[in-house]
Amino acid sequence: MDDRGREFIQYIPRLRRYARALTGDRARADDLVQDTLERALVKLHLWQPSSDLRAWLFTLMHNVFINQLRSQSARVTAELDDEAAQVAVRPTQTDWLELRDLQAMLLRLPEEQREVLLLVGLEQMSYEETAGALGIPVGTVMSRLSRARERLRGLLAGGAMPAAALKVVK
Amino acid sequence: MTQVPVTEAELHAYVDGLLPEARRAEIEAYLAAHPEDAQRVRAWQEQNQTLHAWFDPVLEEPLPARVRLPVLRPRLRPVLRAAATVAWLALGGIVGWYLHAFSAAQPADAVAFAHQAAIAHAVYSPEVRHPVEVGADQEAHLVGWLSKRLGASLKVPQLLAVGYQLVGGRLLPGNQGPVAQFMFQDGNGQRLTLYVRRGAGDSKETAFRYAQERGVSVFYWLDGKFGYALSGEIDKAELLRVAKVVYQQLNP
Repeated sequence: MDDRGREFIQYIPRLRRYARALTGDRARADDLVQDTLERALVKLHLWQPSSDLRAWLFTLMHNVFINQLRSQSARVTAELDDEAAQVAVRPTQTDWLELRDLQAMLLRLPEEQREVLLLVGLEQMSYEETAGALGIPVGTVMSRLSRARERLRGLLAGGAMPAAALKVVK
Repeated sequence: MTQVPVTEAELHAYVDGLLPEARRAEIEAYLAAHPEDAQRVRAWQEQNQTLHAWFDPVLEEPLPARVRLPVLRPRLRPVLRAAATVAWLALGGIVGWYLHAFSAAQPADAVAFAHQAAIAHAVYSPEVRHPVEVGADQEAHLVGWLSKRLGASLKVPQLLAVGYQLVGGRLLPGNQGPVAQFMFQDGNGQRLTLYVRRGAGDSKETAFRYAQERGVSVFYWLDGKFGYALSGEIDKAELLRVAKVVYQQLNP
């Protein structure tokens, strides 16, 4: 196999990691990776060897993800988001529960914020690379990142819930 | 105190390590003087760390064994364009195979199976006096007995060619009924166990999957009527070598 092949396979774990965080579901994530790789193989002749393979693969994954959302008309997440943020979240003490809640809270972010947060925070792309992968201006990356982080901070701190109204019931 | 205006975008860039060194120091000075912003920045940094803690393990989830091999193969000689195309077609096959492998079977069930195999290995392989219920000296009886209990005709692979001799076997309880465990040993006393259960009835086949649990390596696969898990406290390549022989012998 040539270097491209080697490089291509090398990114599969990163695509899986991103897909898992993005969808919060192992089967959906695997579907997303599968569709992305299939598309990558079909479109390979369009890829410029001088350009960044990682960015190209994540762009493909973004497009597949958006198409899947459209086909499921799954805009519900975004529309429900403000309301969902009001749902009481029990503050937890143990790491394990915090982590479990992290996944649930990620899913409460609108997809477009979640994508930016994960490409920057998890995949460690620069803001310019993120903008390129998602096909949006850098300014939009920054505003989505800011909203995502602040909302997540509120959720993780339990600050999004009406604290006074919540009682922990044992 | 520094009077350089600090933007929200710069606070993010600080968190993400995307600022030049000189500016970093100025931001740190700013944060020292602005505890509320410092608190936000700390929370964002923790978010990044938590994301990694939670999702980085996905990077380590094994690709099926046969996928790795082509990657490890020495680089092809400088190739013509046509040859490169062939390589890409091969890659398509590999990726397709890989995708088939990781989406086939119910992962939770298969993972539980590998987990039980690893535990059974850890429990019985150190046993000095009673590693097995029925010894290899009564191999025909052993196979007949376990076949009867599992309700299907079992075969025991012969692994002498790869240096392992049958010690014997035992019957164990599994999630879905009785399970057979065969034990093998090499000249140094290194033991491998083959854990066999009846399949769910559909003649599904899967690729080799690999798991590791507390030092025990496990290759497991489904093959028609049976599910197999080969466990050992040996390195992955060595275990794979034996697993391939087992697979070939059970599928002549």
